[in-house]
Amino acid sequence: MIKAENVQKIFHGRGVTVRAVDGVSTEVAKGEVVVIIGPSGSGKSTFLRCINGLEAFNDGHIVIDGIDLADKKTDLNKVRAEVGMVFQQFNLFPHKTVLENVTLAQLKVRKRSKAEAEDKARQLLDKVGIGEKENEYPSRLSGGQQQRVAIARALAMDPKVMLFDEPTSALDPEMVGEVLDVMKALAREGMTMVVVTHEMGFAREVADRVLFMDQGKVVEVGTPEHFFTEPREERTKAFLNQVL
Amino acid sequence: MNSTEKLWAWKLVLAVILLGMAAGIWGAVKRIDYEWRWYRVPQYFVYHAEEARKIPFDGTVDSFNPEGDLIHVTLRSETGETEVQTIDAETLKVSEGESLFEGDTIGFQKYWRIGPLLTGLMTTLWISAGASVLGLALGLLAGLARISRNYVLRSLSAIYVEFIRGTPLLVQIFIAYFFIATVFDVGRNMAGVCALGIFAGAYVAEIFRAGIQSVPRGQTEAARSLGMSALQNMVYIVLPQAFKRILPPLSGQFISLIKDSSLVSVIAITDLTKSGREIITSTFATFEIWLVVAAMYLIVTSVLSQLVFYMERRLAVSD
Repeated sequence: MIKAENVQKIFHGRGVTVRAVDGVSTEVAKGEVVVIIGPSGSGKSTFLRCINGLEAFNDGHIVIDGIDLADKKTDLNKVRAEVGMVFQQFNLFPHKTVLENVTLAQLKVRKRSKAEAEDKARQLLDKVGIGEKENEYPSRLSGGQQQRVAIARALAMDPKVMLFDEPTSALDPEMVGEVLDVMKALAREGMTMVVVTHEMGFAREVADRVLFMDQGKVVEVGTPEHFFTEPREERTKAFLNQVL
Repeated sequence: MNSTEKLWAWKLVLAVILLGMAAGIWGAVKRIDYEWRWYRVPQYFVYHAEEARKIPFDGTVDSFNPEGDLIHVTLRSETGETEVQTIDAETLKVSEGESLFEGDTIGFQKYWRIGPLLTGLMTTLWISAGASVLGLALGLLAGLARISRNYVLRSLSAIYVEFIRGTPLLVQIFIAYFFIATVFDVGRNMAGVCALGIFAGAYVAEIFRAGIQSVPRGQTEAARSLGMSALQNMVYIVLPQAFKRILPPLSGQFISLIKDSSLVSVIAITDLTKSGREIITSTFATFEIWLVVAAMYLIVTSVLSQLVFYMERRLAVSD
């Protein structure tokens, strides 16, 4: 489903050159849940943003469902429509109601009819447990509710892949659970997911594979059991010691 | 401490100050011995005009046909043609059967006409409206160009904004009228509207730029991540949010525009200000007319700011 080959992302700023993503190669199969962990500044979010072209990468290839993002002829808008993304800061559209948030892209990008889009939106809002709030504006919702709407908004496009960029990091602790529950349900349904998170519990429970990144490189890859019980690399051990 | 406790006292202070200022002005006017002639002002809003009705041929007055205050006079020419003229009954100057020569006055017809203050106000309003539309369109384009990734667009927009903001509007109006309007052969009204619109556009561009930049990047990222194009993102996500934020400065700009439109009187456009000046030359009611003109501008700008206030409240539902 996703194939990344030697992806490089270099930031230039104030005379320093930062290799945010430094030669990352990995593959994500259909239905697989990959969790990327690592210390802040390790390039995991940047890599995730490269996958749907929000961040242009300098070298390498990312192929999604057979389409190469590095190809200049690729229409990024079409690729993005197939790749859902959930942000740390939710990024709901504050001037639109919950329902409008979920229907807008369906109407404008997928060109669905209003009735069809609203049907789909209500179905998804019910699924994330927020159906009764469809006419509220985002500012009236709690962080956890907003993030669940954001997930419904991304799902409404029937994406082939869902990307999660630290979806629980901006939430109050008591709201983390409700968002993770939605994500777990999604994983069980066979959604292909790439999740950047600090929730080790989620990684252990849901991930098919865990990627540990540091300084722009993938340091270690493995199943959760391997990863949390017998990590090979020193850097991984040091990180796990700090977070667990 | 409750901050509203002493409000009545402050209201009293305010009233005393305002009354004091009014009394001061009154006293000052008294000393220069100015004769107020307020009764002369209303006729410049609307007046009762009289137009002479004349017989278009040599002939006779055939018959009268009264209807209320009016009277329909049927005239018959020597060749047998008839014509009906309607005049005000009390201005009737002919009697039945009277012979008349072509051009003789039968009477007068009275009707209400709007006076120069109102026609001037109309001119001010449509010039401001035209300039606002032009300014809004130019400002949006220039604002978008200003934040474009394209170097040429960005530079053109910057030059436009710098040039307009760095020169006086009065000079721009003269340039628009004497130079550009002459070269492109356009009328003075067009020159006035364009000068004001281009002037407002430069300020509106900066307002739009600031407004668009104030919308968090995450909004654009979310829209793009859903597959929306850059244009869709602008139209459905960024501009609606930006517009809400820039409504107060934008309305301030348009209120300024209405006031600045008084400057087009220098290129002989008979707007409210120029009408005022013309009336003064024939009445010498300088104080009255300028006070009335000021009040008329004030009414227009207050109505506009109330309208914007109402829109702001409407848009605040999602806060």
